[in-house]
Amino acid sequence: MSITEGVSIDLTIVWAFIIAFAVLVYVVLDGFDLGIGMLFALEPGKSERDVMMNSVAPVWDGNETWLILGGGGLFAAFPLAYALILPALYVPIILMLLALIFRGVAFEFRWRARAWKRGWDICFIWGSGLAAFSQGIALGALLQGIAIDEAGRRYAGGWWDWLTPFTITVGVALMIGYALLGASWLVMKTTGTLQGRMRRVALRAAAGTIVFIGIVSLWTPFLQEGYYHRWFTGWGIGVAILVGLSVLGIGAFLARSLAPGRGDRAPFFLALALFVLCFGGLGVSMYPYIIPTEITIWEAAAPRASQIFMLVGALILVPIILAYTGYAYWVFRGKVTPDTGYH
Amino acid sequence: MDASAPPDAILLARIQFAFTVSFHFLFPAFTIGLASYLAVLNGLWLRTGQPHYLELFRYWVKIFALAFAMGVVSGLVMSYQFGTNWSVFSDRAGPVIGGPMAYEVLSAFFLEAGFLGIMLFGRDRVGPGLHMAACVMVAVGTAFSAFWILSVNSWMHTPAGFTIDPDTKQFLPVDYWQIIFNPSFPYRFVHTVTAAYLTTAFIVGGVGAYHLLRDRAAGRESSNATRTMFSMAMWMAVLVAPVQIVVGDLHGLNTLEHQPQKVMAMEGHYESYPEGQAPLYLFGLPNDEAQRLDYAVGIPGASSLILGHRFDAPIEGLDTIPDDEQPPVAIVFWSFRIMVAIGLLMLGLGVWALIARIRRRLYAIPSLHRAAVVMGPSGLIAVLAGWITTEVGRQPYTVYNLLRTSDSAAPLDAPAVAASLIAFVVVYFAVFGAGTWYILRLMSHEPGPSESRLAGIADGPIRTAGITPAQEEQARSRKRED
Ligand code: HDD
Ligand code: HEM
Ligand code: HEM
Repeated sequence: MSITEGVSIDLTIVWAFIIAFAVLVYVVLDGFDLGIGMLFALEPGKSERDVMMNSVAPVWDGNETWLILGGGGLFAAFPLAYALILPALYVPIILMLLALIFRGVAFEFRWRARAWKRGWDICFIWGSGLAAFSQGIALGALLQGIAIDEAGRRYAGGWWDWLTPFTITVGVALMIGYALLGASWLVMKTTGTLQGRMRRVALRAAAGTIVFIGIVSLWTPFLQEGYYHRWFTGWGIGVAILVGLSVLGIGAFLARSLAPGRGDRAPFFLALALFVLCFGGLGVSMYPYIIPTEITIWEAAAPRASQIFMLVGALILVPIILAYTGYAYWVFRGKVTPDTGYH
Repeated sequence: MDASAPPDAILLARIQFAFTVSFHFLFPAFTIGLASYLAVLNGLWLRTGQPHYLELFRYWVKIFALAFAMGVVSGLVMSYQFGTNWSVFSDRAGPVIGGPMAYEVLSAFFLEAGFLGIMLFGRDRVGPGLHMAACVMVAVGTAFSAFWILSVNSWMHTPAGFTIDPDTKQFLPVDYWQIIFNPSFPYRFVHTVTAAYLTTAFIVGGVGAYHLLRDRAAGRESSNATRTMFSMAMWMAVLVAPVQIVVGDLHGLNTLEHQPQKVMAMEGHYESYPEGQAPLYLFGLPNDEAQRLDYAVGIPGASSLILGHRFDAPIEGLDTIPDDEQPPVAIVFWSFRIMVAIGLLMLGLGVWALIARIRRRLYAIPSLHRAAVVMGPSGLIAVLAGWITTEVGRQPYTVYNLLRTSDSAAPLDAPAVAASLIAFVVVYFAVFGAGTWYILRLMSHEPGPSESRLAGIADGPIRTAGITPAQEEQARSRKRED
């Protein structure tokens, strides 16, 4: 193997990491604001809803931009994967986009509507829920595999292939997981009775999340042989046990941190840890495929010239983005309280 | 080799793309200009301390927030449309245009989104200097966004700096400088950004004129804010409209060089004029079947003069182009005329306002104000007409002369595309219709000293208030503003 070849392989891995990072950041950031959208359903009171929305209003757009980076980055760094996955997931993706429209405009329209304010609240709830559900479905469908033609450049399945009990399970799992992120975010950002209720909601969502992590993790290895081999032979068993124990451990800390009177920040960060861990597990299952078990990251990768061109931009711009995003969060740090929120 | 998607699925995919991107572009066309306008207003307020600049800022920033939100959600749809509906195109062109599009996300979208929160909600939290910086960042972000996406779009019109992989048929990048600054890009970028400024200027001017008329009818004095926005808008009209016309002309000459079919369609030239003297048709009914312009009314020789700078410059017509490489003429012909007519009307209004201004009667001529109200949305119409000219004129290709539209589509069943198309149409009209209604309602209030805080109508939140650490700071800045 020549040196240049070695370098080009590395670039593909680097890009796989960058895309994975974008998706992970998206999931945890938009996860909590989609979660808040769903939790709207539990809090009919006007002032509670205003507080909940205001806790994310200044940052939601930035959160959603990571989704664009995930999609746009996939297009740029792995165009073949983008061209195969999107038609295969046509229905869930269109549903997600439509849901995100309703939910995104609700942030602004809600304050402008008179008679229809409730209506936009309902759009916010259903839009958030449907977006979360379709993201879960998309993930499930990718995991269970996608039909591709012999030449390996075209989606060859039908437009309902994605619909299976497994994908629906993953969809529900993600909804509950996002609700956990949302509720623990609100524990951090609110006070008083709202905060108390969110502690209890978060506790239940945490239990649900862990149960669903268990179900999905045990189901996945039986979807495709590759996963089974990875997790249930040789080293895999050890890793699997370790991951399982870590999930339970974090779950236990999370439950404790959610007890009344405990600190406000720990729950959110423990919930994040849970997501990071699951995401890592997902990576272990999928590597080295971008479409399991048909297309590897190298088969789908853009040519080296494209990779280098974009890497220069990513290396300069991503740290800057992280810096000013962090700054924006810092500017809006602290509690959002109900009494001072209005004229 | 490839079993293309069925023709009806392709047609539906085209309609869907045209529909979603047209809707999307209406919002950036307005917000690119408005972001800069807001930065200017904020700067004027900080520098002069005159309250009407702050009033105008608060007035327009609410409208900006609504339009921007709609731009964001409709833009998100666009970034997935390439894959869902044009997957073959994505696979082939991705290695080339994916890079610039990734730069758009990294350099533009994050910048806009990151600083938008501070611009809208942060005036009291970060102090005037940083708040001003945030306003500028948002404006810069919108310009970056236009830069990258127009570079990508222009590459599809005038591809450069690439080779084609013989196995995968992918376009591979060779020289990114040539890819980004491809031949039509500079023209398209300047023309489109100028268009966005004009669009905003006419909307602002239209709203100003509307309130001048209402105040006059009610017999009351117009607020400073109202007069200022009308005046600023009319300056823009008279200064920028002529620039736009010149740039448009240059853009057209560039197109003549690289996409002659498109110009033939814009001009309605079915026949060639080897001796020159090609007429500039003002009116006519393009008839693709007979390859002839029916009921044509034209200025003899004018087209040779514009395109070739001589009366006897020979001009080629669509008779030199095989039938299956011709764009549909009627759409291009008419949309081009609509755009140009609006450009000339914009200039006319600008000149009229300038004369009125010189005579010190800018706020006193109701017919001028009525014309400005009517022209309020004209920029949006011109922008759509321009894009339709551009995009329909390059048919039947997505990557000019290299990849046909019919070979670009995703392998989808027609019912899937039809269902999603219907869903988009219903949702867009309902949601963006409601948003437009809210914008119009905000516009129907006159800006003035009563202009409340950003979200201040009735029960909106003070979005920053109540976030504890900044409360003192905020109380301080309240005092400053009082
Ligand atoms: C306020 C909007 C506006 C106004 C007043 C004009 N245009 Fe325009 N025009 C656009 C907004 C626009 C646009 C939306 O920005 C387009 C679509 C794509 C592009 O490159 O710019 C465009 C495209 C476009 C094209 C097509 C170029 C191509 O696709 O290859 C030409 C030849 C012109 N314009 C020429 C003109 C002329 C001669 C005008 C003078 C009267 C004019 N435009 C006014
Ligand atoms: C923003 C304003 C834009 C408008 C109003 C617009 C309008 C249109 C229209 C009307 C069509 C259909 C043409 C036909 O079917 O005859 C079309 C097609 C298309 N446009 Fe644009 N367009 C815009 C911008 C862009 C940009 C920025 C890109 C690329 C980055 C783009 C890429 C395409 C593609 C891929 C198609 C589909 C293939 C085709 O039918 O040509 N468009 N657009
Ligand atoms: C088919 C082509 C296009 C795609 C895929 C696309 C994609 C997007 C996306 C994903 C967003 C949301 C960004 C955010 O979250 O902040 C967006 C917004 C935006 N886009 Fe587009 N876009 C297209 C065409 C255009 C064109 C032609 C222009 C300008 C010339 C443009 C200018 C903007 C601007 C300024 C915004 C910020 C939001 C706004 O001002 O409304 N886009 N676009």
